[in-house]
Amino acid sequence: MENQANNNLLEVTALKTWIDTEGGIIHAVDGVSFNIRPGETLAILGESGCGKSLTALSILQLIPKPAGRIVSGKVMFSGENLLEKSEQDMREIRGRRIAMIFQEPQSSLNPVMTIGQQIKEVIPDRKNKSSVEINKDIVGLLDSVGMSDSVRRINEYPHQLSGGMKQRAMIAMALASKPDILIADEPTTALDVTIQSQILNLLARLKKENNMSILLITHDLGVVSQMADRVILMYAGEVVEDADAVSFFDAPRHPYAQKLFLSIPDRSKRKKKLDIIPGIVPTYAGDYQGCRFSERCDKAWDLCFQERPQWRAQEKNGVRCHLYNNTLEPQETSDKNIEQGLITADEKQDKAETLLDVKQLKVHFPIHKGIFRRVVGHVKAVDGISLKIGRGRTVAIVGESGCGKTTAGKAILQLIKPSSGEVIYDGARLTKITGEELRQLRKNFQIIFQDPYASLNPRMLVGESIAEGLHALKLESSKAAIQTRVKKLLTQVGMPVDSYGRYPHEFSGGQRQRISIARALAVSPDLIVCDEPTSALDVSVQAQILNLLNDLQNELSLSYLFITHDISVVEYLAHEVAVMYLGRIVEFGTAADILDNPLHPYTQALLSAVPVISKTGNTGYKGDSQVLLAGDIPSPSKPPAGCHFHVRCPQATEICRQQYPAETKTGDSHTVFCHLFESDEQH
Amino acid sequence: MIAYIIRRLLYAIPILIGINLLTFTLFFMVNSPDDMARVHLGVKRVTTEAIEAWKTDRGYDKPLLYNYKESGIKSFSNTIFFQHTVRLFVLDFGRADDGRDIGRDIRQRMWPSLAIAVPTFIVGILLNITFAMLLAFFRGTYVDVWGVVLSVAMMSISIMFYIILGQLIMSKLWHLLPISGYDSGLRALKFLILPVIIGVVSGIGAGSRLYRTFYLEEINKDYVRTARAKGLSSLQVLFKHVLRNAMVPILTGVVAIIPLLFMGSLVMESFFGIPGLGSYTIDAINQQDFAIVRAMVFLGSILYIFGLVLTDISYTLVDPRVRLE
Repeated sequence: MENQANNNLLEVTALKTWIDTEGGIIHAVDGVSFNIRPGETLAILGESGCGKSLTALSILQLIPKPAGRIVSGKVMFSGENLLEKSEQDMREIRGRRIAMIFQEPQSSLNPVMTIGQQIKEVIPDRKNKSSVEINKDIVGLLDSVGMSDSVRRINEYPHQLSGGMKQRAMIAMALASKPDILIADEPTTALDVTIQSQILNLLARLKKENNMSILLITHDLGVVSQMADRVILMYAGEVVEDADAVSFFDAPRHPYAQKLFLSIPDRSKRKKKLDIIPGIVPTYAGDYQGCRFSERCDKAWDLCFQERPQWRAQEKNGVRCHLYNNTLEPQETSDKNIEQGLITADEKQDKAETLLDVKQLKVHFPIHKGIFRRVVGHVKAVDGISLKIGRGRTVAIVGESGCGKTTAGKAILQLIKPSSGEVIYDGARLTKITGEELRQLRKNFQIIFQDPYASLNPRMLVGESIAEGLHALKLESSKAAIQTRVKKLLTQVGMPVDSYGRYPHEFSGGQRQRISIARALAVSPDLIVCDEPTSALDVSVQAQILNLLNDLQNELSLSYLFITHDISVVEYLAHEVAVMYLGRIVEFGTAADILDNPLHPYTQALLSAVPVISKTGNTGYKGDSQVLLAGDIPSPSKPPAGCHFHVRCPQATEICRQQYPAETKTGDSHTVFCHLFESDEQH
Repeated sequence: MIAYIIRRLLYAIPILIGINLLTFTLFFMVNSPDDMARVHLGVKRVTTEAIEAWKTDRGYDKPLLYNYKESGIKSFSNTIFFQHTVRLFVLDFGRADDGRDIGRDIRQRMWPSLAIAVPTFIVGILLNITFAMLLAFFRGTYVDVWGVVLSVAMMSISIMFYIILGQLIMSKLWHLLPISGYDSGLRALKFLILPVIIGVVSGIGAGSRLYRTFYLEEINKDYVRTARAKGLSSLQVLFKHVLRNAMVPILTGVVAIIPLLFMGSLVMESFFGIPGLGSYTIDAINQQDFAIVRAMVFLGSILYIFGLVLTDISYTLVDPRVRLE
């Protein structure tokens, strides 16, 4: 990599960090080099386990000890090698010159100390300041990160703050000593998309104001596109590409980078097969021969499996791939790409037979208080939602955390008892029947959960898990028949047949999600509720699962109720979309209605908050085009009066504060609950 | 929180009735009132009249749980169970079967018990926390490994061994402290030292090993990484951040047993001849004195329930996330 002498704030050279485990030494960071210039945002992009977080922790010597150790390399910062500094000297760097914020603001703040106490620890020169002065500094910091009610917050504990506010407190702490570099490790991954855009905008503003550099660690190409000046892409402990953001987003060079772009679901790929990266992210244990990506690369040829590619720099950018070795002629490779044809043509099939009809479904959880635990109120998790799902169709429920989407999914399947309302499945009123009758119907509707690690019983063989539904509903009688069926299911979801006799922990997240899908499919359901099935997965694996769900829908004409917070997944596969906010559906329509012509201000804000991957890179502030929502999502136990959204709504009027808007049809398939669209006679 | 505490105390009523019923049933399953009278009057040459008189005197002539001869409420109230139990709820323990006032006995004997239990408890906790912090500070090094090995060894040895070894070395060989006994006032001090030392030493193994796991669990949490990233020193991290969080499980585990310190230690008191409540209970069991056994079991239950309520309250004090509702 090219060194521009003295122009770099931080130079990391050939950094190697290893982790000792019972299974051997993991080369988690294996010769990573990069530079950060003053005032620059450098993004380290990569999937889980690629070593990006550990790289950042190594810079500050914060790697988990004693398991982890920095083996070799140099981290030059203002003329000194940080790796040679003692723990004592490092403390002068940490928090003062280089500060860091983390992914989970909830667990990254000390739960038993107030926000004020925690910020106070990093106020510079605090020994010579009076407590009044220190308090003033803290309030000033909190104000600068846009914390509402900053004076009151000083005495509050982390659990009293929302996720976004906690992350602001973390940022305030990091900025106290005006650091030269802020390391942000997945700063918005745990946050909702409207809160994410607030935090990203805040970081961009603070960077400009304080002229600091940001080392941004993320797996999200959208976030990179919005924030970064430069990108380094990591894979299995190595940097595989280093480029300025414009070139990276315009023409990524490493096959892995190219594939990442192709595997992201979005509008343009709608109903086409996503270009997947086969296989799983390697666990970087052991020695590699050749290129680490070769196993999953469709451009790989013999050399890629035999010889590790050298780093090839071109001007400021560089890449680690044999394709860019000018002395070698890349050999013809068979294109393993799946044909990118249209695989469905059912967009027109609007008038599908209704399979599931949900009417005014409510789930209210009682709040108990007092000596005799009287019911004093209700958390209205789901407060009267109505929707229809046609046979073979996908309806997506989109919303942020706490909007009640998961509860709605469970209540529809009668896994939680609804407080009122009706669920009619193929003529049967699920809300009216109980016991054996309901149990027999359960074969028709199944559910897939978000966390594939928690949703499979770790003590049961994969085959047993899949076969359990068949046993319980007595769908197959003989053992042999069940085994044949389970094996067929495993093949159907792309798992080897010998997975039957293995335990869930032997599989990766994506493979487990395939097993979960096989389990759901075992009883041949017509409807599957997919509760964030890809949220816990890496982008490359998410594409595999989305393809599988798409294939299965075409093959078996399944209906999906797809619960998600991820707009790009909705864009990719939903036929109809319901947008939920605080227990109610605020807008419902076909995917085209919602995505092309969002009417409800909340839908508009939600869509514009999603970071867009732009060809020109670093979009920074989105300016006027972005509807930036102020404030947090209110608690569902105390929704605001009138329209629930009015407190955050940029277009709220007097009537919005007083009464909840009625349903307004704005098109054949498009309904919205907003006073802006109510015709006059309704008033 | 007040509502929560009141509700918890109301829950205590059926629990206490149940405990009394259970003690009562167990005791009278192995003992009839006639047996009790014979034990107290001496087994030989006891006349039936003497037994009857002894029983009538103490109310043991009535039916156990239900009186067929009476009607209405009296068929329940005119029974051994009712007559001997109800007064307990206002902490009136009545008289022992040999005629002594149990309440007075308890008031007298709780001081020697507390004199041993409280110092053992306080010194023990402080030492356990210190050792646990040392082990956590040196985690992964030989100090930690051998510390844990030593802890396991110490918790595997029976308390009898510590007592006998202590008495042998300190009293028999070195003549530093008396082997056993008790005295009033400050003169009791020399009798207390050995039991307290032995109580502390025998608890160190289990205590520091448990607290060490609390520390290690906290040390690996994200907020500790944040604290280090802020540039705090290892000691600041340990004392300001980790200690307070690790105190949550430590304190709440400890608070539950504070009220039970009153009850004294059965083993220590009988080995060292200390006239506390522990030896009181053992003696009562040996003499089949139902009145004392019942009083002590009842007292123990009340203190335990009290300890659990205290635990819940202490949660709200050390952990701002917990609110009782």
